[in-house]
Amino acid sequence: MKILELGDYMEKKKYEEIVSRHKPTETRTQNAFIAFVTGGIVGVIGQLLTEFYSSFFDIATKDATTFMLVTLIFVASLFTALGFFDKWVTFCKCGLIIPITGFAHSMTSAGIEYRKEGPIFGLGSNIFKLAGSVILYGVVSAWFFGLLRLIIMGG
Amino acid sequence: MIYINSFLFAGAICLLGQLILDNTKLTAGHITSIFVVVGAFLDTFSIYDQIINYVGAGALVPITSFGHSLIHGALEKASDMGMMGLLMGMFDLTASGITAAIVFTFFFSLFFKPKN
Repeated sequence: MKILELGDYMEKKKYEEIVSRHKPTETRTQNAFIAFVTGGIVGVIGQLLTEFYSSFFDIATKDATTFMLVTLIFVASLFTALGFFDKWVTFCKCGLIIPITGFAHSMTSAGIEYRKEGPIFGLGSNIFKLAGSVILYGVVSAWFFGLLRLIIMGG
Repeated sequence: MIYINSFLFAGAICLLGQLILDNTKLTAGHITSIFVVVGAFLDTFSIYDQIINYVGAGALVPITSFGHSLIHGALEKASDMGMMGLLMGMFDLTASGITAAIVFTFFFSLFFKPKN
């Protein structure tokens, strides 16, 4: 038993060594490059949509921004539901996770995943499983920093 | 010009996230939470507003703008309601995004089945 475990350990160690030897460093560079380009493209799409909405509906840039964000959320949600957004996220990684699309993606994928467990304890309780932390820490930090600013700078 | 700025800024934030994801043990959930806090922090001194003026939607698309919108709405309300305004205005600017995400998620979850 001891020997078996030891052998297991050795094998694991050897395996890790082989993995670390073959782990290509350029994958990280490649990932970073892809994330930069795709994230940038999402930013440009946002800018294009904002300008399109503000000229098409003749509204202020601030309102057009809301339209743009809702459009991105809708597209990310729909594509996640259709099933091919997951592949995009595995390819682009942070290029799609950091923009608002990642927020919508995490909610919709959690919703679809847990729906089979029922409408209340499945869908209802798990919809914010991943997005909840963003809202929690966002609200707490915004409240804290807001309070600081009120106290220090007087609003 | 604003398109180039948008591209560079949004890309740079995603690049930063990817570097953190690849080189540390933090997961995507950690990174998005950290970025939201950073966005809220940057807006405390109105730095994020100036970034938005300069790069446009490139700064509004990344999740950092979520933190920025939270504190921005809260401070706007706080300017005429005081301390209570922080609680009242917190979701003023982000309400549309969160509501949209919830509604779309609900209906898409009802109509679509998981792939695997």
